[in-house]
Amino acid sequence: MATTTSDVNELVEPQFVRFDETLVLESSGQLDGYTLAYETYGKLNARGDNALLVCHALSGDHHVAGRYDDSGKTNGWWHLLIGPDKPIDTNKFFVVCSNNIGGCHGSTGPSSINPATNKPYGTDFPLVTVKDWVYTQSKLSDHLGITQWAAVIGGSLGGMQAMQWSISYPERLRHCIVIASAAKLNAQNIGFNDVARQAIRTDPDFHNGNYYQYGNAPSRGMRVARMIGHITYLSEEIMGQKFGRNLRKKAKFDYEFTPEFEVESYLRYQGDAFINKFDANTYLLMTKALDYYNPAAETNNDLTEALAPATANFLVVSFSSDWRFSPERSREIVRALQSNKLNVSYAEVTSLNGHDSFLLNIDDYTRVMRSYLNRIARESDLNSQAKVASVDGSQHV
Amino acid sequence: MGLNMSKRLNTSTLSRYDHQIISDWVEPGSRVIDLGCGNGSLLKHLQSSKNVTGYGVELNPAMMDECIDNDINVIQFNLDQGLGHFDSNSFDTVILSLTLQAMRKPLTLLEEMLRVGRQGIVTFPNFAHWRNRWQIAVGGNMPVSDELPYKWYDTPNIHLCTLNDFHQLCDQLGFRIESSIAVRADGKQTIGLKTMPNLFGEIALCRFSKR
Repeated sequence: MATTTSDVNELVEPQFVRFDETLVLESSGQLDGYTLAYETYGKLNARGDNALLVCHALSGDHHVAGRYDDSGKTNGWWHLLIGPDKPIDTNKFFVVCSNNIGGCHGSTGPSSINPATNKPYGTDFPLVTVKDWVYTQSKLSDHLGITQWAAVIGGSLGGMQAMQWSISYPERLRHCIVIASAAKLNAQNIGFNDVARQAIRTDPDFHNGNYYQYGNAPSRGMRVARMIGHITYLSEEIMGQKFGRNLRKKAKFDYEFTPEFEVESYLRYQGDAFINKFDANTYLLMTKALDYYNPAAETNNDLTEALAPATANFLVVSFSSDWRFSPERSREIVRALQSNKLNVSYAEVTSLNGHDSFLLNIDDYTRVMRSYLNRIARESDLNSQAKVASVDGSQHV
Repeated sequence: MGLNMSKRLNTSTLSRYDHQIISDWVEPGSRVIDLGCGNGSLLKHLQSSKNVTGYGVELNPAMMDECIDNDINVIQFNLDQGLGHFDSNSFDTVILSLTLQAMRKPLTLLEEMLRVGRQGIVTFPNFAHWRNRWQIAVGGNMPVSDELPYKWYDTPNIHLCTLNDFHQLCDQLGFRIESSIAVRADGKQTIGLKTMPNLFGEIALCRFSKR
């Protein structure tokens, strides 16, 4: 199968847009104006019908594809799937991804300066929800002149946003792609999130969320939070394959507490890498948004009724070894969509990579994505447009 | 094992012919499920010729993208786990085409079909075809044919039956046979087929509903 031969991504730059409205949030907290950081890839066509919105997950941001520089370390988090000739083909589609409010990569969040105090918001930043994110993304759509998305796509927490789009703004998307997601978290999942939150909040450097003024961050808590997260994003099998009981650079135990097993050093490395690029308060907010999401809470726990406003065509994808967002959670979504007589296709991809699978180039998965995106392109006759565009392009060269 | 439960038969010449018969049994504009839909060609045919809506079900991952390319809704799950995906009485027709013989629990699946749909359509290789009988009676071996190309030890077709057997089962389950046709894989009509379908039919097609 055609995996992309070269993985040199195109150079991109983040953009920013300021909204001056007072935003009243689902938590009834409010923000006096907010900024969204976003990136775009490909070109919006004249009809404006080739736009795809990608929603990011817990630790993601707006840098979903492309690269910032030549260092080889700045590829977007979903660059394996998005780009020219990739399953989400930027020759055909205009792809948009924004950093959610509450984030820490350019959109207004706890580490941004609160205009009222001229200090970082810290824990004064209100709790935000999936619904709030979808609302702010709709404002970005207005700003970009996109009245209807060809598709809204997301994995994990991003899938929840895609689903919420289909409920909140059914007329503004034609397709909804929900990957490795759930209509609500279960107790086990909320439990893991709270372990992560407690690791951060009980770190002496947390300072009740106002650690910015001390020039440090609750790094030890963040490290533990990321380590436990990482374990839950992988499967037992893949951890066994990757690390087994292998020891690090030695043949026998030293009987001490330095990292001796490969898996220990891997998790510590992942934890350390994370503390330098992610804000602890944002991590707390994002995990709460995950816990709160449950569209059926407003419809007597009837997901079918919750999804009744939706009119989009759906693609739902899950992964066999994903125990954090298990296939059964996706099947619940599919059943509710079927009960609403909506068009839905569902792929349950066999993979050892656990929840992380959705970020990877797995043949059965990328073939389904490529076909589905092709179907979207076919419906709007984007394939021939792309051909015309590339012919035009070659003439100019 | 059991990854691809559907279309475990050699059906190259057959498909267009049995698709036409099935199409005649499906109401225009109705809601249809095709269980074991393969690459989705039957449902695609029904969508274009009869304007039906509905879903295909397929387990084989290699078929998912082909179904999507064929513009059908495809749901990936194992039919041996029942039809819990679908609400009761929510479809007009539930089709099980050349798949029954590969199911672990054919009885449960047939009952599920009429829980979900108003009528069921089942097609299967008729094991009582004379060539199969000949291979057992004279050769003393398990039959291997164009339709059933596997040896006894590697066949996914674990629940083979005859046209008579199927009629008896429907009777036992309280189903009414609405239509029943036996055909040759090449689509040719013969007198033998009409008079002795259980002897000359290679493929059986039955439409049934609740009594």
